[in-house]
Amino acid sequence: MRAEVALPILVPLLFGALSLIAWRSNLMQRVLGIIGSVTLLICSIWLLISVLDHGHVVMHMGGWMAPYGITLVADLLSAIMVVLTGMMAVAIAIYSLSSASPSHEKFGYYPLMHLLLAGVAGSFLTGDIFNLYVWFEVMLIASFALLILGGERAQMEGAIKYVTLNLLSSAIFLSAIGLLYGLVGTLNMADIAVKLSQTEHTGLVDVIAVMFMIAFGIKAAAFPLFFWLPASYHTGPVAVSALFAGLLTKVGVYALFRVFTLIFNQSPEFTHQLLLWGAAFTMLTGVLGAAAQFEFRRILSFHIVSQIGYMLLGLALFTPLALVGGVFYIMHHIIVKTNLFLISGIVHRLLGTYDLKKLGGVYKDRPYLSILFLIPALSLAGLPPLSGFFAKFIIIRAGIEAEAWVVTAIALIVGLLTLYSMIKIWAEVFWKPLPENHSSVDSSPSATPSSLAFLYIPVVLLGACTLFIGLNGQPIYEIAEASAKQLLNPALYIEAVLGETP
Amino acid sequence: MMKPGTLILHVAARFLVPLQLVFSVFLLLRGHNEPGGGFIAGLVASGAFALYLFTFGAAVTRDLMRVDPRNFIGVGLLIAMLSAFPAWFHGQAFLTAQWWPILLPGGTEIKLSTPLFFDIGVYLTVLGSVMTMLVALTETEER
Repeated sequence: MRAEVALPILVPLLFGALSLIAWRSNLMQRVLGIIGSVTLLICSIWLLISVLDHGHVVMHMGGWMAPYGITLVADLLSAIMVVLTGMMAVAIAIYSLSSASPSHEKFGYYPLMHLLLAGVAGSFLTGDIFNLYVWFEVMLIASFALLILGGERAQMEGAIKYVTLNLLSSAIFLSAIGLLYGLVGTLNMADIAVKLSQTEHTGLVDVIAVMFMIAFGIKAAAFPLFFWLPASYHTGPVAVSALFAGLLTKVGVYALFRVFTLIFNQSPEFTHQLLLWGAAFTMLTGVLGAAAQFEFRRILSFHIVSQIGYMLLGLALFTPLALVGGVFYIMHHIIVKTNLFLISGIVHRLLGTYDLKKLGGVYKDRPYLSILFLIPALSLAGLPPLSGFFAKFIIIRAGIEAEAWVVTAIALIVGLLTLYSMIKIWAEVFWKPLPENHSSVDSSPSATPSSLAFLYIPVVLLGACTLFIGLNGQPIYEIAEASAKQLLNPALYIEAVLGETP
Repeated sequence: MMKPGTLILHVAARFLVPLQLVFSVFLLLRGHNEPGGGFIAGLVASGAFALYLFTFGAAVTRDLMRVDPRNFIGVGLLIAMLSAFPAWFHGQAFLTAQWWPILLPGGTEIKLSTPLFFDIGVYLTVLGSVMTMLVALTETEER
């Protein structure tokens, strides 16, 4: 029995329960946060190694066999995503030691964080489409509560948009599941794939496919229903927005990858063409939105949207190389984006604002922080030799090979505009002198060296990951390639779930 | 806040609260094969405490419960979580039901099992969450 496939869900739930019991002691909760996230990371690496060794790892929960019970399945893509979840969990747990305020901790910051991680890991590992819906809801509830911790007016406003659109997405998702169940009479994803390939391909299948596309598209913040993201992500506590930026939208992307490679792969000339244009517009609107912004975290939020477009582009082109690019892009993006948000939090701790116009002079006082910013920022824009270069390179090469000229051109232009945004942040925050009416860097009372250390550790670690992927991309590329191979061959997944008894 | 101390409510609450608590335990224990279970039993139990709360106020109810309702949530979740693990030690998938029947003298059999512990966990979690909300709301009102 391979326990590692269930542990990434059970570990955060267990530590969430433990930190609820320890609700009186903030210190205990912090310690549990660190232990829990490190345990999660260890379990996820165990899972990845096991998937690399044995192929798909499957567990039928409660001993109820597929297609009747709920099955947990880990293929390479899920395992990679879970490992990234573990890495982000550790980074955020360390960062929270310094960034979480005692009042947030008192109102369940850590239990909610664990619950959110469980929801994310559950979405990556489940092999049951209704169970996927349940994990989405777990995630949504936890993220909603985290977003409004502190209860400021701007937070409420952002959270309402966030919740409304996500509930709409859930409603569409649920109706699509209902229609699909009516058509094939099963909820197990592998079984759906088998049954759907046997039924006659009618218009209804396309309708259901598009409904899934809209539902997951909203979760992933794809065009045209992305505006909840830049409206809400910059309002929460900074560690929370960093975690959201890294993981939440990627769950939507993951779901799209899963559903449109495993289940709806019969008429790619329709579904994937639609995805292709969705991806192009997502890239373009995201980056143009960012160009108009002058708030640190809002710029980064808009860039999440535009980067989602690249990942979807990888899926939409639907060639082996494009899928490799999509998976590689997700890996690179989660690390880089979380890192950028964490850095914006450090700058806020130093200067007390996120407004670019009021910021400045960081390079003069903190040159090392500036370099730590440059690594993820330039990687996001896709400069060699950082991780983003390879991610973009693979996708654009796949686009050229597929002769999708227009979309490839858009992807290139968006890369340039991303660089423009990053340079804007660099020039405003780090390079230009501090505006005179603002207090100087070192006068901020809360920026003691020891509290800053906890903020710097995760930034340095994530920056090192980015450099590692950039300078030593081969093993990462090989993993991405192997996972793309699995995605393009759904028979393996189906056989792993339905074929053998563990 | 409802005006505390109407006579009928006072007298009724004293009789109803223990009855309802016993009934909730009954629902909890019969839940596996018959209608009932941890969730509904937890709601019934919190209904009992809610009745007490409306009759005698928040402070007295806290005394009656002895433990802060928030503790119930964590402990309940933990019990429910731990019930997933015994199957692992037997080499089965998580959450697979494990049964430990105990034969009592006199021929009756008690079936201890992981689903029972899961239900107890749900019971405590539901009771804890509902009472945390109600007590907090009542205390805000009383202040």
